Formats: sequence, C-alpha cells, structure tokens
Amino acid sequence: MITVRGLTKFFGDTPVLNGIDLDIEQGEIIVVIGPSGTGKSTLLRCINMLESPDQGHITLGGHHVDFDRVSNDDRLTLRRKTAFVFQNYALFANKNALENVAERLIVVDGWPKAKAHARAGELLDRVGLNDKHTAYPAALSGGQQQRVGIARAMAANSDLILFDEPTSALDPEWVDEVLSVMKQLAQERQTMLVVTHEMQFARDVADRVIFMSGGNIVEQGPPEALFSAPKDPRTRNFLRKVLGPQAASSE
Amino acid sequence: MQILDFGYMAELFPYLLGKLPITLGMASAGMLCALVLASGLAIVRVVQPPLINGAAKLFISFFRGTPLLVQLFLFYYGLPQLIESLVKIDGVTATILGLTLHFSAYMAESIRAAIVGIDRSQTEAALSIGMTQSQLMRRIVLPQATRIAVPTLMNYFIDMIKSTSLAFTLGVTELMGATQKEASSSFLYFEAFLTVAVIYWVVVELLSRIQKLMERKLNKAYQR
Repeated sequence: MITVRGLTKFFGDTPVLNGIDLDIEQGEIIVVIGPSGTGKSTLLRCINMLESPDQGHITLGGHHVDFDRVSNDDRLTLRRKTAFVFQNYALFANKNALENVAERLIVVDGWPKAKAHARAGELLDRVGLNDKHTAYPAALSGGQQQRVGIARAMAANSDLILFDEPTSALDPEWVDEVLSVMKQLAQERQTMLVVTHEMQFARDVADRVIFMSGGNIVEQGPPEALFSAPKDPRTRNFLRKVLGPQAASSE
Repeated sequence: MQILDFGYMAELFPYLLGKLPITLGMASAGMLCALVLASGLAIVRVVQPPLINGAAKLFISFFRGTPLLVQLFLFYYGLPQLIESLVKIDGVTATILGLTLHFSAYMAESIRAAIVGIDRSQTEAALSIGMTQSQLMRRIVLPQATRIAVPTLMNYFIDMIKSTSLAFTLGVTELMGATQKEASSSFLYFEAFLTVAVIYWVVVELLSRIQKLMERKLNKAYQR
C-alpha cells in the first residue's frame, strides 16, 4: 500500500498541487484524467521526486519520506522503488534497446552484465521487440521506443510504475501497440498510476479513475461510475468535452 | 638557374622530421593536461559552486583574452622573476604550461556547451531509474557530450600543434626553431619554410582523417 498525504507543490507563487491525498493498493491500476495544466504530471513527478514537493509526506514500499526534510537517500529510495514512463520516451540515446533496459539492473541493482542483458532480452521479447534488441533509439519508431521505455520500467520490478501520458507524443498508428503492452501489464496486476487522455483505456483497464482539476482531486471512483454518473460539474464538463455531448449527459 | 633548390629540400626534410617528436610531444602533453583542466573547469561552470565559479570565469576570461605568445613570455621570462626556483624553467615546460592554460580556457567552453546541450529528458530518465548524480554524469551525460565535443576538441588539438611553433621564441629547437636555424645559415628561406609548411600540413591532414573516423564511430548510435 502506498500512501500520499497533503502533497503540495508550488511553481514560484502558483500552487500546482493543493494537498493531494492518495492511497494506492498493491496491484491497483489507477488512471488520472483532467484538463491540461491541472497538476496531473506534476503529481507523478513529485512521487518519484523529479520535482521537489513543498509539503506533505509519502509512504512507499515501507519507506516513509517527509517532504519537509528530504535527504538524498530518500530521493534515491523513492526513485528506486518506482519506475517512470515518459511522454517523450526519453530512452538513453547512447545506448541500444537492450542496454536501455539493462542499465538500471547493472548500475542500481548491481547485476552482472550478462545476467542483466539476459533479463532485458526477456522483457523486450515480452513487449514484442524480439528483433530490435540491438537497435538504437534513433532507429526505432515512436511506438517501438515507448515499448522499450515500458520494458525499462518493468526491469525495475518496482512497487509502482508511473506513466506520464505515454501515448500523447505518438502518431495514431503506434498508440494501440503501446496501450496493449500496458493492458498486458495491468492483467499481471502491476501497480500503475497512469496519466492519459485515452478514455477507452481508462474504461477498460482502470480499477479507479481520478479526475483532477486545479491542483485538486475533484472526484474519483470506478470507471463505470465516474464516466456514467459524474457528480461534480467540473467532471461532467470535462467528460462532455473529451467524449462528446451525448456520452456524459445521457445519464 | 632553377627556381627551387629541391636537393636542399630533400636533405632538410629528414632532418626536420627528426624534430617532429618534440613538436608532437609538446602538443600531446598540452592536450592531455588541457583536457583534464578543461573538464574540471567545464563541470565547475555547469554546477556553478559560488566561489570557484567566479575563479573559473576569471581564468577563462584571461586566457581567452590574451595572446598565447604573451602568455608564453609571461611564463618563460616573467615567472622566474617572481619565483626564484623557476629560474631554470625550460622552454619546453613553459610551452606545455602555456598551451595547457590557453587551450583549456577555450576547451572548457566547448565541453560546457556540450554538457548543457544534452536534452533534459536524458537526465530525468537517468534519475528516474535511481542513478546518482555521478553515475548519471559518467554513464549518460559525458558519453553523449563527448560525441558533441569531439569535433571541436580535435580542431583545438590541430590548432595546438600549429601553436607549438611559437616555442621557437623560447629557444626550443622544435620544427619551427630548427627550420629557422637552418634557413639563416643556408639563406634558402623559401625552401626551408616551404618544407616545414608541408610537414605541418601533412600532420594536420592525417589528424583530420582520424577525426572523421572518430566522428563516424561516435555517430553510429544516432543513425536512423
């Protein structure tokens, strides 16, 4: 179980997150939706401390971190217990697919190179990249790069994988192959926190959907409830925009 | 009467080639020291620790802002006047010192630019898998920065080789110094300086070839 309490983040004087409380069960798949600029990505980036939160605390994998006094060790621990999938893939440009996935195992977990490469190979096979082990990022399509990105996140064997709009930068033709890899992970009950605009994915896969607006969690619940009977007007408004008029107002 | 004394040039050529090791030795030593110093300066300029950063800026500003010849004279003739024990500083040492300080100022800026030029997403990805700052530098940033910096650094090395010719003003008998001596005893100035020009030219041309090979190897990962 992962617990976030009172997570607050300012950019300068502007509040981006206003004291977020969030509990994540082991094996839970949570999708975060909401208008852009409402702190969804910042929430993910605060959990693994790519951004430094201003207040609040988190308990993750038995490690408690108070954001008021964060040590370097805390930062490393949170990052090592989580994994991150970036919108722009962010594969290491100087390393091939295999090395990208194996990097963490070698550097952070201290695996011998051969063992790490063998494991990385299995993971790449699982995301359907059997024939791309030695390809460099520049030679891969967006969809392939993002699947390497997911394999890299899987290598961590982490308590939580954070997906920051993993399909937003993709050409439409590559979206499905990435979503299907994510679905497969969800079926294996990998704990996931996914920021996305793919509403169908949220409906099909999420255990819980969170709607964020203005740096707050406005509403949350199982996808069928949230999509068919949103309580808050902001949620209704947003769903009407992304799903079309009849979708959200029919109930 | 022939225009050029080719016989003299053919005689001079192997003699001058014998001086090439001094020239290349000073340049290589200077390059190695400059690389180390420049990397240090570049990291200081990137991380910007308060006091040292100011010192690094001043250093870079001075050694880029004054002629190499002035710096060489400063070290060779000037320093011993201040520090007794340096009375015996020889021309070769002074040249290597001058080349190191002078070129490290330039190289620091291009290494800094290469490091800063690495996309932020590379750093974030490295942090996200739990790398420490030094692992991230060593495994992700510096290898990628090397690729960007190598062409410029090789150009500085070429420039440095040619700049060793200034050592003759400190009495070092390297390529240029040797040529100067030969020319003033034979009075065949054109032949002598043409010969030495060709030697420099060929060396630089060879290095350019090596530079191309290095760039091709470093770019291998980035081809579509």
